[in-house]
Amino acid sequence: MKVRLVVNGTPHELNLDTRTSLLDALREHLHLTGTKKGCDHGQCGACTVLVDGVRINSCLTLAVMHEGDRVTTIEGLGTPERLHPMQAAFVRHDGYQCGYCTPGQICSAIAVLDEINEGIPSHVTERLDGAPELSADELRERMTGNVCRCGAYSNIVDAISEIAGSRA
Amino acid sequence: MRSFSYERAASPAQAAEAAIHNPGAKFIAGGTNLLDLMKLQIEAPPHLIDVNGLGLDEITPTEDGGLRVGALVSNTRLAADMRIRCDYALLARALLSGASGQLRNKATTAGNLLQRTRCPYFYDTAQPCNKRQPGSGCSAIGGVSRQLGVIGTSEACIATHPSDMAVALRVLDAEVETVRADGTCRRIAMADFHLLPGDTPHIETMLEPGELITAVVLPHPVGGRHIYRKVRDRASYAFALVSIGAIVQPDGSGRVAVGGVAHKPWRVEAAESELPRGAQSVCERLLAGARPTRDNAFKITLVERTLRAVLNEARG
Repeated sequence: MKVRLVVNGTPHELNLDTRTSLLDALREHLHLTGTKKGCDHGQCGACTVLVDGVRINSCLTLAVMHEGDRVTTIEGLGTPERLHPMQAAFVRHDGYQCGYCTPGQICSAIAVLDEINEGIPSHVTERLDGAPELSADELRERMTGNVCRCGAYSNIVDAISEIAGSRA
Repeated sequence: MRSFSYERAASPAQAAEAAIHNPGAKFIAGGTNLLDLMKLQIEAPPHLIDVNGLGLDEITPTEDGGLRVGALVSNTRLAADMRIRCDYALLARALLSGASGQLRNKATTAGNLLQRTRCPYFYDTAQPCNKRQPGSGCSAIGGVSRQLGVIGTSEACIATHPSDMAVALRVLDAEVETVRADGTCRRIAMADFHLLPGDTPHIETMLEPGELITAVVLPHPVGGRHIYRKVRDRASYAFALVSIGAIVQPDGSGRVAVGGVAHKPWRVEAAESELPRGAQSVCERLLAGARPTRDNAFKITLVERTLRAVLNEARG
């Protein structure tokens, strides 16, 4: 089945088996291997990408369900020469060890700051009738869908906090 | 994953009709639960009907002062809507306590109601499970059952419904709006929507084959303190051991439903008259007839203690 995707600004037309997940379309068909396959069941967050600016697990969605959608992967955020500020912050704060979960963490982190900016509350937001705060507790709760087996969590929160501070 | 054909539906009635003409077909919206189950071949629909183009993604006021939540409104959008946060805070809290940010962005209102149990034996295709394979037996009874049901269970199944959102909707007396293949619409009360397992644990809702959820309707707000308290093995991103959804009024009256204990959100209206007398009195009626296993008998105590904490919070 044919599907058109705009990935990191570039339009693609793919002919895919209906079973192909968005993750497999990115990795196996477009050879964008920055997005990682961890659990392949929506539990670990390694496959997190942005679709029309919203973070999702690319393993739990079919590519054919994304006709015309704009997908942003880690490759679309920055390059080794020109890192995205969130990528640079992860490097500065040592927000990883093996690095396998990192592309998902970074995509998720960028979306988390947008979600807070839009006023979307979280489980730890104290008052629902106002805007959520930009606290470490908020960042930790909002990043729970990204698991890091190396346990770089405290440095990840530091990296996101730095970028959040520079945005505020 | 088994192969399947795929189509995008253009209208709710067309989607319902397509389902009738393709036996075994499934609707797909967010897909976060269905695709997970298809990868494990627990679900193997020969045909998928993508309903994402149906435009059922708005939250609109109803004539009697409530809200009509389109079936495709994501869990994130529903929890972020200021009308929900102010007038139905219980629902926002329940949604935000479930899953992860990524999953809530994809998961829909209708899909959340239709998600399947997380009973480990339902997921383990090497084990008998009456829900997955009717008549094969229940491995959970006599198995590891810490997470599983304590009330409304049967000899065939002790699975629980995993949704937090559904617990809030039950407390709020929401209704599920549907369209059937012949084009007729109906509304089903949340009290009736999910079924107890009985002899047919594979039949989980009132929905007829091909019937499509189009919206969830919230009645006029009832005020009061809205509290959703979820007790789980981790602080976040885990299913409930037990959860309590409650609305408590200033005079101590109120409503309460329990998640994590049954095949559906567990609410016994007759127990709510005991609310002014405290958690123990409520639970004597709410959990009357419970049949916990050795592994999950703690849930009986946990429900009472969690309700006590909720009632203390409501007073505070």
